[in-house]
Amino acid sequence: MREIHTDKIRDAVRQLYLDMLCTIGDDITLALRSGLEQEESPIGCMLLRQLLENNEIARNERVGICQDTGMAILFVELGQEIHLTGGSFEDAVNQGVREAYEEGYFRKSVVDDPLFDRINTKDNTPAVIHLRLLPGDKICITAMAKGFGSENMSAMRMLVPADGEEGVLKTILDTVRQAGPNPCPPIIVGVGIGGTMEVAAQLAKYATARPIGDRHADPRYADLEQKALSAINALGIGPGGLGGRVTALDVHIESCPTHIAGLPVAVNICCHASRHGKCEI
Amino acid sequence: MDYKKITPPLNEMTARSLRAGDLVMISGIIYTGRDAAHKRLFELLEKGKELPLDLRDQIIYYVGPTPARPGRACGSAGPTTSYRMDKYTPALLDRGLRGMIGKGLRSNEVIEAMERNGAVYFAATGGAGALISSCITEAVPILYEDLGTEAIHQMHVRNFPVTVVIDSLGNNLYEQGPVRYRRDTP
Repeated sequence: MREIHTDKIRDAVRQLYLDMLCTIGDDITLALRSGLEQEESPIGCMLLRQLLENNEIARNERVGICQDTGMAILFVELGQEIHLTGGSFEDAVNQGVREAYEEGYFRKSVVDDPLFDRINTKDNTPAVIHLRLLPGDKICITAMAKGFGSENMSAMRMLVPADGEEGVLKTILDTVRQAGPNPCPPIIVGVGIGGTMEVAAQLAKYATARPIGDRHADPRYADLEQKALSAINALGIGPGGLGGRVTALDVHIESCPTHIAGLPVAVNICCHASRHGKCEI
Repeated sequence: MDYKKITPPLNEMTARSLRAGDLVMISGIIYTGRDAAHKRLFELLEKGKELPLDLRDQIIYYVGPTPARPGRACGSAGPTTSYRMDKYTPALLDRGLRGMIGKGLRSNEVIEAMERNGAVYFAATGGAGALISSCITEAVPILYEDLGTEAIHQMHVRNFPVTVVIDSLGNNLYEQGPVRYRRDTP
């Protein structure tokens, strides 16, 4: 049994958010640069250059890459041989988020009640926490900050088995086409296939945090990722939705077992400012 | 690329001369407002009251910035998605609002109100909040301060780069642009 004080979790979460909200991943920078080479629209090229410059300013001046510093979402894998001391796990995570958003001058964008009151909680908590208990004595945290310009453009469909690969591809394309300029293209498309309704949505979210260029282990899904990416970039939406070749930087699919009667598909769209980080305790 | 320079207030003649696809640099005073502030303005009009600020020939920027670090005029300040303001926008356009800066699609009702009044819709680059922040020289809350980031701010900008997406004739770059670059897939 390994003992871990929850202060360690709080500090790890705090550091993850302080870093990710000002510093874009190298994979995104490379993808934007390579997009600039492929883009044919002059306005599209101008926008991609602005994004590269924006990310430099954010990194150097420690200002948010985007003003929507998002809702905090954490996928936590907790080793079952760990004994947590020092108080509540969820409180520690929320305290880490609270401290990062205050210290980093990030926007607090969470409201307490979704429908009636909509009062800002003023510290960007509560975070969304997805917890899994796994063998071992480590804690693995994948943290994301998700803006709602792109979150609002996400969709899910309960397909049936007969819809097959074609149905999945159509769901992805319909979602991206309908989103148009709204989610700040170029986008990253996370797709969850299988499970139940909520599992597909969770897989889609997790998929958005995979590195650009990373492919599904099963070559058939990897092929579908490529096919979807090409089809999206043929739509012509382009950077900012003003027309162009570079609409998506990548498509990531996650799959899992499902029911004999079902084929749930969730499509979670993430903007080019895909802010996420990982750490292990 | 060539930019047209605009200094608000923006009169109807200038607004009507802009065309979808024009690149524009805005310098001067603009006003911020997003979901919550729009809702309050709209509710006042519904009750038959006057607006608490004169929007005639002014430009509203749909933005909710991050807090400013000490020494900065404003935090990260890119555009938010405009369609959430669509329900409230025609009423403001009918009272003289001349321009809007945001990102993303607008409803037919908004576009009709733009044509009727001679207004223009600009897109700023979504996700370029840090870059746009460096064009902002001052941001002061002037109304609904209790809304925090959503309060209406008077914002001084210098060379704020935007693109005309929908003009007063209803030309829409969000439709024309993708048609130009669309490819048929097998």
